[in-house]
Amino acid sequence: MFRRIEDIGSDTVTLWIDKREFQVPAGISVAAAVLLCGFDKVRDTPVSGSPRLPYCMMGICFDCLMCIDGVPNQQACQVEVRHNMTIDYQRGAAELPQQE
Amino acid sequence: MAEYDYIIVGGGLVGSSIAYGLARQKHRVAVLDGGDRSFRASRGNFGLVWVQGKGANFAPYARLTGRAADLWPQFTEQLTGETGVGTDYQRSGGMHFCLDEQEWEERVEEMETIRAHTGDAFDYEMLNHDQVKQQIPQISDRVLGASYSAQDGHVNPLYLLQALQQGMDHHGVRYLPNQVIDKIEARQGGFRVHASEGVIAAGKIVLCAGLGNRPLGEMLGMDIPVVVDRGQIMITERLQPFLNLPTLHVRQTAEGTVQIGYSHEDVGLDDGTSPTELIKIAHRAVTMFPLLQRVQLVRAWGALRIMTPDGNPIYQQSTQCPGAFTVTCHSGVTLAAMHAGPVAEWIAGSLEQDLINKFSTDRFDVSQN
Ligand SMILES: Cc1cc2nc3c(=O)[nH]c(=O)nc-3n(C[C@H](O)[C@H](O)[C@H](O)COP(=O)(O)OP(=O)(O)OC[C@H]3O[C@@H](n4cnc5c(N)ncnc54)[C@H](O)[C@@H]3O)c2cc1C
Ligand code: FES
Repeated sequence: MFRRIEDIGSDTVTLWIDKREFQVPAGISVAAAVLLCGFDKVRDTPVSGSPRLPYCMMGICFDCLMCIDGVPNQQACQVEVRHNMTIDYQRGAAELPQQE
Repeated sequence: MAEYDYIIVGGGLVGSSIAYGLARQKHRVAVLDGGDRSFRASRGNFGLVWVQGKGANFAPYARLTGRAADLWPQFTEQLTGETGVGTDYQRSGGMHFCLDEQEWEERVEEMETIRAHTGDAFDYEMLNHDQVKQQIPQISDRVLGASYSAQDGHVNPLYLLQALQQGMDHHGVRYLPNQVIDKIEARQGGFRVHASEGVIAAGKIVLCAGLGNRPLGEMLGMDIPVVVDRGQIMITERLQPFLNLPTLHVRQTAEGTVQIGYSHEDVGLDDGTSPTELIKIAHRAVTMFPLLQRVQLVRAWGALRIMTPDGNPIYQQSTQCPGAFTVTCHSGVTLAAMHAGPVAEWIAGSLEQDLINKFSTDRFDVSQN
């Protein structure tokens, strides 16, 4: 659905999105990476269960919530990709944190 | 003949409940509301429909609150039936946690006073740590126990406001936002309000403008003492359900967020937030529910309570300008069912209300005491 309009640098990082491996340009946000890799949703909403994609890309709307490196409800547009990051759909409300 | 039977000034939860109640009785009603920059407790509150703890210093308030809570199930059913807007109301019972012996003893005394005030209509139980833990496994060992009342519950206050606004529309209420009122004239048989919209006339007028009530009251010969009290609240990300009933300081909404309150501050007309209060609020919540330590906050806000000198509501008809009323109160969420029912009937004169008459401003008159 999306493609990059310019090529900035050749550095790439490896991501694991929904357990599949992708190479994406370094320095972009997780939300941009997920869109670039062609995913058609990042989460299912907790109330109606409807699928969502990032919307504002600037930290305001909270529509881009994903589970990043095991931490639920992260704003994917506010997190920069890192090598070997694991990224999963946010399915509804977050699990309760485990108590130490 | 005036265009309207009633003008309601203020379209928050109080004005909307009363306008809705009057319009359901087939009166012609106009609501003159302020703009989006005004202080609006109705858009920043905690959403409890709360009985326990209300009216220990004033028996009529304990009785009023109990009646409001008992009217809630039918009130919300009717409102949702007419508008299709759900309010997430749950009469789940509610708990007030005690963290030490002293809090526990003060709580027992307060609950007993309220029970006596209501002729045993208010029912409560004191639960020890194990009994609380049975219902809410997530509590910490610091929770000594709790007072529990089955009459308590909670609601989404923004959906409630939306439902009331649609309910008003459904019953033909004319709602006018962004109004500035320059002058109110009391004339034979009615009132003329000079507002941004123009001059609007009605047989009776009800002041429900919250913090705006004092200057409006002066135009109608009423001294309405209003006291400001800021509360701060935080809200978390959405979590799987873990809290099946509200507590005074922490509640999980039907949509999964956890609302964490609250503070009391005397800072005048400033509805901002402050790190010092937010830290205290967060600390207390984590003391009660350790799992919250690892939950993300999404937002925090401040909102101004509309208080009276003794904390109890004011229901007053002007003696100088009969036909002019005011409803000024805290706990406008809880009391919404009462305002849309018996209080609206009292204003319409269709009901002699011994209970409501006890809330006149006469109680602040020093010559009375
Ligand atoms: C932090 C906090 C937590 C709370 N928690 C609870 C709770 O858990 N349970 C509960 O029952 N209650 C709670 N409350 C109280 C409840 O929110 C209020 O009692 C209720 O919202 C008051 O409604 P209102 O319509 O009187 O006031 P507001 O919502 O303030 O509305 C007043 C309206 O009048 C308008 N207005 C003002 N001046 C004028 C003017 N001159 N002309 C025209 N319009 C005017 C304003 O624009 C506004 O829309 C809480 C309040 C706060 C602040
Ligand atoms: S896309 Fe709006 S907050 Fe991330």
